[in-house]
Amino acid sequence: MSRGLLHRTNVPKEVVDYIIFGTVIQEVKTSNVAREAALGAGFSDKTPAHTVTMACISSNQAMTTAVGLIASGQYDVVLAGGVELMSDVPIRHSRKMRKMMLDLSRAKTLGQRLSLLSKFRLNFLSPELPAVAEFSTSETMGHSADRLAAAFAISRLEQDEYALRSHSLAKKAQDEGLLSDIVPFKVPGKETVSKDNGIRPSSLEQMAKLKPAFIKPYGTVTAANSSFLTDGASAMLIMSEDKALAMGYKPKAYLRDFVYVSQDPKDQLLLGPTYATPKVLEKAGLTMSDIDVFEFHEAFSVGALPLEKFNAWGGSLSLGHPFGATGCRLVMTAANRLRKEGGQFGLVAACAAGGQGHGMIVETYPK
Amino acid sequence: MEVMNEIWANDQIRSAVLISSKPGCFVAGADINMLAACKTSQEATRVSQDGQRIFEKLEKSTKPIVAAISGSCLGGGLELAISCQYRIATKDRKTVLGVPEVLLGILPGAGGTQRLPKMVGIPAAFDMMLTGRNIRADRAKKMGLVDQLVEPLGPGVKPPEERTIEYLEEVAVMFAKGLADKKITPKRDKGLVEKLTSYAMRIPFVRQQVYKTVEEKVRKQTKGLYPAPLKIIDAVKTGIEQGSDAGYLAESQKFGELAMTKESKALMGLYHGQVLCKKNKFGTPQKEVKQLAVLGAGLMGAGIAQVSVDKGLKTLLKDTTVAGLGRGQQQVFKGLNDKVKKKAVTSFERDSIFSNLIGQLDYKDFEKADMVIEAVFEDLSIKHKVLKEVEAVTPDHCVFASNTSALPIKEIAAVSKRPEKVIGMHYFSPVDKMQLLEIITTETTTRDTTASAVALGLKQGKVIIVVKDGPGFYTTRCLAPMMSEVIRILQEGVGPKKLDSLTTGFGFPVGAATLADEVGVDVAQHVAEDLGKAFGERFGGGNVELLKQMVAKGFLGRKSGKGFYIYQEGSKDKNLNSDMDSIFASLKLPAKPEASSDEDIQYRVVTRFVNEAVLCLQEGILATPEEGDIGAVFGLGFPPCLGGPFRFVDLYSAQKIVDRLRKYEAVYGKQFTPCQLLLDHANSPGKKFYQ
Repeated sequence: MSRGLLHRTNVPKEVVDYIIFGTVIQEVKTSNVAREAALGAGFSDKTPAHTVTMACISSNQAMTTAVGLIASGQYDVVLAGGVELMSDVPIRHSRKMRKMMLDLSRAKTLGQRLSLLSKFRLNFLSPELPAVAEFSTSETMGHSADRLAAAFAISRLEQDEYALRSHSLAKKAQDEGLLSDIVPFKVPGKETVSKDNGIRPSSLEQMAKLKPAFIKPYGTVTAANSSFLTDGASAMLIMSEDKALAMGYKPKAYLRDFVYVSQDPKDQLLLGPTYATPKVLEKAGLTMSDIDVFEFHEAFSVGALPLEKFNAWGGSLSLGHPFGATGCRLVMTAANRLRKEGGQFGLVAACAAGGQGHGMIVETYPK
Repeated sequence: MEVMNEIWANDQIRSAVLISSKPGCFVAGADINMLAACKTSQEATRVSQDGQRIFEKLEKSTKPIVAAISGSCLGGGLELAISCQYRIATKDRKTVLGVPEVLLGILPGAGGTQRLPKMVGIPAAFDMMLTGRNIRADRAKKMGLVDQLVEPLGPGVKPPEERTIEYLEEVAVMFAKGLADKKITPKRDKGLVEKLTSYAMRIPFVRQQVYKTVEEKVRKQTKGLYPAPLKIIDAVKTGIEQGSDAGYLAESQKFGELAMTKESKALMGLYHGQVLCKKNKFGTPQKEVKQLAVLGAGLMGAGIAQVSVDKGLKTLLKDTTVAGLGRGQQQVFKGLNDKVKKKAVTSFERDSIFSNLIGQLDYKDFEKADMVIEAVFEDLSIKHKVLKEVEAVTPDHCVFASNTSALPIKEIAAVSKRPEKVIGMHYFSPVDKMQLLEIITTETTTRDTTASAVALGLKQGKVIIVVKDGPGFYTTRCLAPMMSEVIRILQEGVGPKKLDSLTTGFGFPVGAATLADEVGVDVAQHVAEDLGKAFGERFGGGNVELLKQMVAKGFLGRKSGKGFYIYQEGSKDKNLNSDMDSIFASLKLPAKPEASSDEDIQYRVVTRFVNEAVLCLQEGILATPEEGDIGAVFGLGFPPCLGGPFRFVDLYSAQKIVDRLRKYEAVYGKQFTPCQLLLDHANSPGKKFYQ
């Protein structure tokens, strides 16, 4: 992804002062995945890199960290992005097994080792799978979304309709070649992925057949009206305007302003955008009517309002949700839509595990 | 019922949902005053039969009825729910299901003894009915007591509680329709264990064994003092072995019999008393306690801190040494962690609760404290020292509460700059288990200070009695003469084991000798000496020397590992401490044959207790007999089946108790002289503490 970005922008590698990536489920071997990815992509080993994490808004955090570093005059050019590998998450041994293995490595005599091994039980082997569950409440996100839908009295049909809208719009945008923020990737041993492969416009009848995925048997959130988890990566080049102009580039958009919000992780887990939207508008001195495009992260079909200006090219429901990478996709889509549709301001908002949220104002660069 | 008839009569209606409009409560049982109004067992039996008849109609309804349960579903409420065809409950902490009738000395009389065993199996039904325990919704689902759970909702289009009830109703309606359309069947899949159990229960021999085991266990635990559990077993047995007609008849008849027993009157009296003692009759305090401080991280201090932080109260816990403070913090953590093990809270909630506790060695942040509770060593000079230190740093509105079991609050308040803010808060050990809080007011304590202390105690989940200041207040003062008699009895050669079995046989949950070990022999000595000085010969009888010698030898009771018994870590059996023999021998007194039968020994202990309690009411230490009964039962373990000293006098006649006292007075002297109020009651038989 980083390589593709440089290829597309023709920015020489040496110009990049710093690299920041967001990720959620960390692979223990590459806990600073930003650095490993940078090296792997052939960046100079003199370019420092760090990894940030803030659940589903990790790459938003990467972008705003970059904004901060540039605004404070530390750097001029920062590469920000996100990466998530959902198809190979680390699965841990059980705590009992881990403890035994660690103790074994410390045991000095054969007797000590044998006495430790004698404590082994078969259930030590049952693995611990990572779940998309809140640490504080142990509730999975889909479960929380279902309760949220009920709290706001949003019916199954409304959710299915919204999901269908997302898939249809994404399909349309794809067919029209609007989803241009894609770098083809050859998966080793498999075919090259050159477009979003999760867009499946179905029918309401088909969707109605699905059973609830979380609150069984009477819940309203199903596989069809939830975002699906995929592998994915995103990256974006952030520069100060002066630097970009001095180097002869024409910027795509300004990152104008941003806020982070947080609230109760139990009952308001997914309401981040609701709280972030008025706050970031007020901070930027704008109102809803000033906004020409809205790009909201649609984790589930709950809580999203179908609007003309809203996620017009599809969203996480249809394009997928690789946790750490989604933020950059939202911002990029907002910028592209502004250029295509001819607006000035875009509003990006997303929710994240832990009851957190993010809002950002994107302004198109004057032509 | 009228609505139900309409539902049955209307062809347009195919199914129905039963739901309560009151948030936090489905049906919390029948009105027990209705039972109290019954004059004969026949009347009570009729109450039961009326209930049975209504619920039978529900059970036989051809139109499916869904009970949508949110909040307490207890007693008659649960019997109603299990008569329906389907049950859906909200999965929150407020939603509990249970049949607590046994705790009131009666049985579930509206079909509960017949339907529950069929629904959850015989063993689980016995467990529910014999313990009266509350079952949380998720557990109820596993047991098969409810069919579906509904998650509580957060804020949305409406306030959370309101929308949750609505949501519950929506889901219930969905299921009611599904049941009517036969799309959903009320049957559920049973687990392997459940299948095996229900198979085993079909074998008559196995059932007989279960009845026998349960009966034996009940007999052992109740010592024949509580009639309800055995009647419950009987009613269940009759229904299963002789068919439901016989079962329902047995249930209603036994219900009638139980409703007329002294035990059920005593237990219902306690229930009423408890309700009263869960209210703040001193009004809302001007300033709510938001920041609490506890001095002394010992057993009591840490216990007080624990019951405060787990209600979300920010609490400073101050001690003088790092070791002492660490021990106290560990005690709080362990108390919270035990709740995690019982799945009452999650480990995350435990950590979040624990963060409300701030341990410290200095008076930092005491300037923000709204109330300080001291639980330092029981020594007047130390109490004076900390009171002065605290008043130097706390704001003017801060209440200073002293946790003491016997030191008069007036004397503690003597050095205070703000005596109107000084009050006594006597907690009982272990604080997180014992429900009682005795609040002591002096003549200078203001009503607002009292209101503040009561409000805090209620927040901590306590049952509260408010008494006047005086040596030993109420509870310790009743305990002291009883303990004096216990020592006398031991001196007369009755062994601790025999004494324990006599007192537990009378209904005390803890035997008298064991109680001394639990309270601490040193504490008992302190109290005996202090109160002995204050009250003179009325507290005589036993020789304090016995306690003194025990303390000298380090036999302080459970805390030192030795007292009347020997206590070993991890072992539940306790053996007599043979080193006590020489102490008993040196203080031996001849037994008086005319007052030494088993019954005499029981009555010597109990009548002194009762006499002192009544004297406390006579002297105005106690405001009401209800508080006297609650204090005695919840703080000191007075037999619950007797309902407390005042209920005991009412139910067993003041005259009989006076006769007993007079008899022992003749043998032993003035410690048995009945007080005036008790004599008044004996002289006018119509006079009762409870009208």
